[in-house]
Amino acid sequence: MWQRGVWLKPAVFLASLAPAAALAYMLLGGRLGVNPIERLTDETGELALRFLILSLAASPLRYVLSRTWPLKLRRMLGLFAFFYALLHVLIWSVLDLQVDIAAMWDDLLRRPYIFAGFIAFAILSCLAATSTRGIARRMKHRWTILHRWVYIAAAAAIVHYVWLVKGDRLEPFVYLAALALLYLYRFKRLLSA
Amino acid sequence: MRDWMKLAGISPDEITDKAVFEKRRQLMRASVAAGVGGFIGGGVTSASAAPLSGDIIKTDWTTDEEHTSFDAATSYNNFYELGTAKEDPKRHARRLKTEPWSVRVEGACEKPGTYTLEDILKPHAIEERVYRLRCVEAWSMVIPWNGFALADLLKRFEPTSAAKYVAFETVVQDDLPGVRRNVLDWPYREGLRIDEAMHPLSFMAIGMYGEHMPNQNGAPIRLVVPWKYGYKSIKSVVTIRFQEETPETSWNLSQPSEYGFFSNVNPDRSHPRWSQAKERRLAGDSGGLSALFTPKIDTRFMNGYAEEVAGLYAGMDLQKFH
Repeated sequence: MWQRGVWLKPAVFLASLAPAAALAYMLLGGRLGVNPIERLTDETGELALRFLILSLAASPLRYVLSRTWPLKLRRMLGLFAFFYALLHVLIWSVLDLQVDIAAMWDDLLRRPYIFAGFIAFAILSCLAATSTRGIARRMKHRWTILHRWVYIAAAAAIVHYVWLVKGDRLEPFVYLAALALLYLYRFKRLLSA
Repeated sequence: MRDWMKLAGISPDEITDKAVFEKRRQLMRASVAAGVGGFIGGGVTSASAAPLSGDIIKTDWTTDEEHTSFDAATSYNNFYELGTAKEDPKRHARRLKTEPWSVRVEGACEKPGTYTLEDILKPHAIEERVYRLRCVEAWSMVIPWNGFALADLLKRFEPTSAAKYVAFETVVQDDLPGVRRNVLDWPYREGLRIDEAMHPLSFMAIGMYGEHMPNQNGAPIRLVVPWKYGYKSIKSVVTIRFQEETPETSWNLSQPSEYGFFSNVNPDRSHPRWSQAKERRLAGDSGGLSALFTPKIDTRFMNGYAEEVAGLYAGMDLQKFH
């Protein structure tokens, strides 16, 4: 018999993969516009940011809804954030810069927004690498401390976005507002605990 | 072979004479119009929209490089009045009203006034110039423009000795999506030093690829200054002002640390957002996977026009005066 809620994880998993599938489909059909590399970079970057914010929303959502299911999705949403961030970095380094190490290094040092993005990606990589239950068990409370760095990663990712936009900053500020709201909620709970 | 013939899939030997060709073209257009019912009309937004009438003089200002397709050059634009995404200007092109159009000429000249577009165009023969267009965002295109030398236009207004600079402004129409959002401090403003403006490469374009200028590319009349970053080539011009002081320019007002007045293409001067050493050439017909593995090309000093324009900047520190 199907247990209640057993469909939840597979459904969210498929829904999270759908944007990647849509991008691949558009790519093969030549429907990514005049500058497909730029388009792919932008889309994967925004997806990473969205999943990061969704994963951060899991914990507040548990309290708001008085349900535990959001927590069951947190790890997966976080891993999807890493997945899209990894695609984003690969597109930038392999397709855009053609693995030109000197150019990457130059970008990293000279362009603050790239540096902020690098910080976010480095943190997400550490979190993804230590995301299994086994590692969590072995690291004990240090795991919880390490994984709080996700808040720094999210802040760095949004700084990365705000700094790279040329004229119209509306979109990055929407993400910034969402993140601020989540931080506020977190902070309030800490104080009242 | 003209690009619009290539676009239409017509080779030169198919053509017996121009009249036959024009007639065929009219028929083509009529059939397109019939097929789409009432949707044709208003802004010039599609490939078959409106060829320029009259002869277009070929010039030596050309290049062997592959031309960007008309479709790419009209679907990937920075025209913030029409929206900030690259596809926005084409999407909102119809909202730009280009009729009637007049240009206000003011400041240090003998013949200021408001000139209708017809007045502006009347004495000029239309030339083709195939120029590289290098955007500060590190992409580039190769575009055949149609128009006339900016110098030929400016001389008609008889600038005085106080005219050290020329300032330009783009139209502000309040209902355009980008204008409503105040993305930049409108009107969009640009400027050139008078010797830059009078340089034979500086060009006023009224069309491209033998077609009337599409709205998203700056209809009905725009500037093209090929050795500078694209944002200097101001679109949909309604004001030309001769003045003694350096003109305010929009991107400089918005981010003075990033965008200088001169904005000459310079691979050796790194920009805080984009390394300017290389550029992605957007040809437009290499869709799909192959476009992903095409490397960037090296950006050339002054966008490859250094031989012609270096004299304008003799003795200037181009890192400082960027």
